[in-house]
Amino acid sequence: MGHKNPEFDLPLFGDYVLTFNKSTVLMLVITALVVFLIAFISTRSLKLKPTGMQNFMEWVMDFVKGIIKSNMDWKTGGRFHILGLTLIMFIAVANLLGLPFSIVYKDYLWWKSPTADPTVTLTLAVMVTLLAHYYGIKMHGTGGYAKTTYLKPMWWMFPLKVIEEFANTLTLGLRLYGNIYAGEILIGLIAGIAGTGLLGWVSMVIPALAWQGFSIFIGFIQAFIFTMLTMVYLAHKVSHDH
Amino acid sequence: MLVNDLVLGASGNFNGGDAVATLATFIILMLLLKKFAWGPLMGIMQQREELVASEIEAAEKARKETHQLLEEQKSLLKEARTEAQAIVEGAKKQGDVQRDEIISAARAEAARLKEAAVREIENEKEKAIAAVREEVVSLSVLAASKVLGKEISEEDNSALIKETIAKAGEAK
Repeated sequence: MGHKNPEFDLPLFGDYVLTFNKSTVLMLVITALVVFLIAFISTRSLKLKPTGMQNFMEWVMDFVKGIIKSNMDWKTGGRFHILGLTLIMFIAVANLLGLPFSIVYKDYLWWKSPTADPTVTLTLAVMVTLLAHYYGIKMHGTGGYAKTTYLKPMWWMFPLKVIEEFANTLTLGLRLYGNIYAGEILIGLIAGIAGTGLLGWVSMVIPALAWQGFSIFIGFIQAFIFTMLTMVYLAHKVSHDH
Repeated sequence: MLVNDLVLGASGNFNGGDAVATLATFIILMLLLKKFAWGPLMGIMQQREELVASEIEAAEKARKETHQLLEEQKSLLKEARTEAQAIVEGAKKQGDVQRDEIISAARAEAARLKEAAVREIENEKEKAIAAVREEVVSLSVLAASKVLGKEISEEDNSALIKETIAKAGEAK
């Protein structure tokens, strides 16, 4: 909200410059670290009779397996298990990271949800779309892929199908971004009011609690939706009966 | 700038570097997790699945085996029962036969004994009668000799008298 982004320009070749948002990169790395630590620590002493965190990780695995199985048969979908697992964990953690606080240092916004940045979410969405097309070609061959992706159910729907691909990608990324960004904006507003004085603080305690709780819920739901839609798009390209 | 604001919201320009960073972070995270977390976890889940499957199979096998053993035991029991019945029946029959044998033997023995007794009695009677006859003869001879007063040789007359008495016995 009016905070500047700490940007870093990496000149590549000619006059093309690759711009990094240092806070986004930082938060991405923190997210990845948190996810890795959770997964790594909870799978250290694996037992046939699972206890504690292993139970949780196995539940997550089965959950993602269920998502995949609801879209395609396990024989084709099994290869996306790890992708789905990483996606759901990464996005859920990314969504939650911005909730407890945000850090603004010298007017630069450093701590936020990485998924509150459209570049991040759209990158993930584009990655999913490209993967879907890649697997479509791999499973059906180029001809079969073109036919199932663009000419079905009717050949004259070709323009619509092309638009659909872009629309899917855009909505997949922007849905996540919009939810999380809006959540952070509202938290920022509430915090801003709470900072105005005693009256503001008293009046905002309950809304802040409520909105944070709701944001936790939304964070998980959006992670689930992103993973679910990923599998839906993959299934559209991969399975034979679509 | 205006387009950027409209499309991507208020968070700033589109940064190519962020896209690269996102992709790189995500892919590295995925590979690391695959190696250190998901792989082993999937392995252990697979292992458990196999264990459960094999346990179920073993239980099924044991159940079948038990069933078979039970059947076997049942048939054995049945066999033993019929055998026992046969034995009892045989024993009963044998007992019957033996009883009959014993009874008939006893009967035969009794008959033999009776017959022997009858014969003995007959013999004795015969003997007694002969003795009585002898006595009668000698008494008669004695009486006759006394009556006649004349010595008659006992040998000569005894034959005569015996004959007479035999005649008298037959006539009786």
